[in-house]
Amino acid sequence: MPNMSLKKVPIPEQDPQVRNKNFDEVALGYTEEMAIEEAKRCLNCKHKPCIAGCPVNVQIPEFISLIAEGKFAEAYETIIQTNSLPAVCGRVCPQETQCEQRCVRGIKGEPVAIGRLERFAADWAMKHLEKTYEKTPRNGKKVAVIGSGPSGLSCAGDLIKMGYDVTIFEAFHTAGGVLVYGIPEFRLPKALVQKEIDGLLAQGVEIRTNMVIGKTFTIDELFQEGYSAVFIGSGAGLPNFMNIPGENLNGVYSANEFLTRINLMKAYKNDADTPIKRGKTVAVVGGGNVAMDAARSAIRLGADKVYIVYRRSEKELPARLEEIHHAKEEGIIFKFLTNPIRILGDENGWVTGLECVEMELGEPDASGRRRPVVKEGSQHILEVDTVIISIGTSPNPLIRGTTPDLETNQWGCIVADEQTGQTSKEGVFAGGDAVTGAATVILAMGAGKAAAKAIDEYIKSKG
Amino acid sequence: MYKIVRKEVLNAQVKLLEIEAPFVARKAEPGQFIILRAYDEGERIPLTIADYDREKGTVTIIFQEVGASTRLLGSLNVGDSLADFCGPLGVASHFEGVKKAAIIGGGLGTAIAYPQAKKLHSMGVDVDVITGFRNKDLIILEKEMAAVSNRLIVTTDDGSNGTKGFVSDILKKLIDEGNTYDVVVAIGPPIMMKVVSDVTRPYGIKTIVSLNPIMIDGTGMCGGCRVTVGGKIKFACVDGPDFDGHQVDFNELIRRLSIYKDHERAAQERHQCRLEGKINA
Ligand SMILES: Cc1cc2nc3c(=O)[nH]c(=O)nc-3n(C[C@H](O)[C@H](O)[C@H](O)COP(=O)(O)OP(=O)(O)OC[C@H]3O[C@@H](n4cnc5c(N)ncnc54)[C@H](O)[C@@H]3O)c2cc1C
Ligand SMILES: Cc1cc2nc3c(=O)[nH]c(=O)nc-3n(C[C@H](O)[C@H](O)[C@H](O)COP(=O)(O)OP(=O)(O)OC[C@H]3O[C@@H](n4cnc5c(N)ncnc54)[C@H](O)[C@@H]3O)c2cc1C
Ligand code: SF4
Ligand code: SF4
Ligand code: FES
Repeated sequence: MPNMSLKKVPIPEQDPQVRNKNFDEVALGYTEEMAIEEAKRCLNCKHKPCIAGCPVNVQIPEFISLIAEGKFAEAYETIIQTNSLPAVCGRVCPQETQCEQRCVRGIKGEPVAIGRLERFAADWAMKHLEKTYEKTPRNGKKVAVIGSGPSGLSCAGDLIKMGYDVTIFEAFHTAGGVLVYGIPEFRLPKALVQKEIDGLLAQGVEIRTNMVIGKTFTIDELFQEGYSAVFIGSGAGLPNFMNIPGENLNGVYSANEFLTRINLMKAYKNDADTPIKRGKTVAVVGGGNVAMDAARSAIRLGADKVYIVYRRSEKELPARLEEIHHAKEEGIIFKFLTNPIRILGDENGWVTGLECVEMELGEPDASGRRRPVVKEGSQHILEVDTVIISIGTSPNPLIRGTTPDLETNQWGCIVADEQTGQTSKEGVFAGGDAVTGAATVILAMGAGKAAAKAIDEYIKSKG
Repeated sequence: MYKIVRKEVLNAQVKLLEIEAPFVARKAEPGQFIILRAYDEGERIPLTIADYDREKGTVTIIFQEVGASTRLLGSLNVGDSLADFCGPLGVASHFEGVKKAAIIGGGLGTAIAYPQAKKLHSMGVDVDVITGFRNKDLIILEKEMAAVSNRLIVTTDDGSNGTKGFVSDILKKLIDEGNTYDVVVAIGPPIMMKVVSDVTRPYGIKTIVSLNPIMIDGTGMCGGCRVTVGGKIKFACVDGPDFDGHQVDFNELIRRLSIYKDHERAAQERHQCRLEGKINA
């Protein structure tokens, strides 16, 4: 008998007024009983519309039926056939625009909580299953993977299973990409990412940190070192600024700097060596996941007031619904249709305020969309001591600057075939944010997997 | 990896470490820097590559103990290893077509300027070096600089070594005496680089400065190292650290370097015990 409740089984969470003062995980996860109850909401649809919404084709109804039957280990095995990072994806995928958007239960009521169930299966497996790795025989060919974010990790994971010797070259001192330096602990515990990385190491993947490709090695030098193919998964880490007056005042951060200091360098711990200025009143400019993470980190560092300043309306916020909801619960103040025009500072160069104008939707333009225009006389000042700029990122120039035969587009993204990741340079494949610009974990993983397959074919075709 | 193979104490606060880092040594060029962490959980510290030996696979750094992290680094000895050593980062200096150059080193900046003087000298360029220190006890790299220059003038603010005066005044004097330089390289405290740039501006002499804003990643990811050059935002770690001194907004740089002043004082006190524990052990 399916569970016909219109609502998802709620997931236990830390109380908003408690969690906005700590960095522990917000959502605590389903118990076995809750998972079974939620799994029973799935109708096991013949045409499986949900799968079409998942970029890596997780066999959704299959794994959910197994959870409903209490076969958690089997459910987990089903998921990891196509998704090697379910504990991560279950937590951070924008399910409402992917798998859950297509769920038939969502037509009337809430869709099945596919993400939460995926997370449950992964967490259950981590707790109860001893992971063993079969070591595939080595085929003697080496592949280099640049970057250890989700695209690089999933590409490496597939290649090692195919028998290649895989070396990941990572610029930072720690592997994990945005999963460790960007997404905060309270949304994605770092221990969990480390477990996934340990799994790759156990299978024989070599990770070399402190290796900046384009500086320590160029791509051509990697080929000289005997690598048969190269995968570029270097992400899109270069922060954009607004080019408004006052952006270099003390107290203005890029979201990347703010989050890196907190996540990677652990500045939220009181005795960390790498400091962060703890603002009392903070404005975060932008409306994506990154902006939500920065705002929610700021409030956890002890700010009294944190604003999200976004130039469009709530409807257009690109962040995951859950994060917006959590941010509001934690006391973040949203300023919609508000655009910063200037950052003000005191005589010593410290931020004192953010000058903004309000926007309103004007006449429809040629495309029929109503463009935001400045509301007359709406100039006002938000009194803040910290401004965090979170208006997007683009790929850094280190690789394209030293690989002249690698084609990139006007935004600095690497041009690569959508199906295979093949770039303009022979033997070089690319995927993830380095190709698409800032996107999602699951798309990056999908691109890493597709490239692994194409790399295998490429190397085999060369004999 | 990253083992310390040589250590020298250059003056009370300045130390030299030669470190095994073959991948960095292979590619290092004057003007570039590395980022290191002395131990896990430590701060990422950017330091200029003072010298390198491609055959031995070593890189030399010279640093001043200014805060907790550099003091801890200074407490390490030959045989110890660093947790991380990443590089070479930044853009190498370019000196095509230069025939005569003046290299100005202010205090510790002398160490950062040394590889540039060495490179120019090896290219057959006529190199004048002016270095300045607060007093004679702080003088570093005198012998080394003498070996890579046609003329070396070492000054002290208080005249305790004989030559008194600021490096910028000496440079002005040399220019007024008819020395014509194709390029002036000035490296030292931001205020010194600013003054030297002001001296050369009316003469239209190309002036290169090496900027040291606060950095974290060194790969263009945080924007913390941003500086204004010619009215535009530049990231010193990927666009620099060398820039045209006549275009740099020095006041902004000086202000941004002070962001963590309070925090550093606290860190210093906290580290005192860790450091002393280490030394006594
Ligand atoms: C704060 C934040 C929150 C986010 N929240 C979500 C979310 O909730 N859900 C979601 O789906 N997505 C989210 N994203 C986006 C998602 O994290 C990215 O789309 C994804 O990580 C991209 O993966 P990637 O492998 O392409 O690159 P990255 O994760 O960026 O990894 C790239 C790696 O390459 C390394 N590298 C870069 N250049 C070099 C070089 N020259 N040599 C060697 N190594 C190099 C970098 O250090 C990094 O480790 C978020 C992003 C941020 C910043
Ligand atoms: C490209 C570059 C090259 C450099 N080369 C040298 C060198 O060859 N020798 C040398 O002695 N110093 C060099 N520095 C400066 C050196 O990095 C700092 O002195 C060091 O990081 C201070 O660390 P601390 O924790 O001991 O001091 P802290 O107590 O943390 O800080 C003391 C002062 O150092 C500066 N500082 C602190 N953290 C950083 C950081 N992450 N990046 C830059 N500056 C910082 C600040 O102005 C601060 O007020 C260089 C800096 C840069 C950016
Ligand atoms: S990987 Fe992401 S999109 Fe796919 S089923 Fe899981 S949560 Fe949904
Ligand atoms: S669409 Fe929804 S109800 Fe149907 S199989 Fe997928 S998850 Fe289950
Ligand atoms: S140090 Fe982070 S961008 Fe330069």
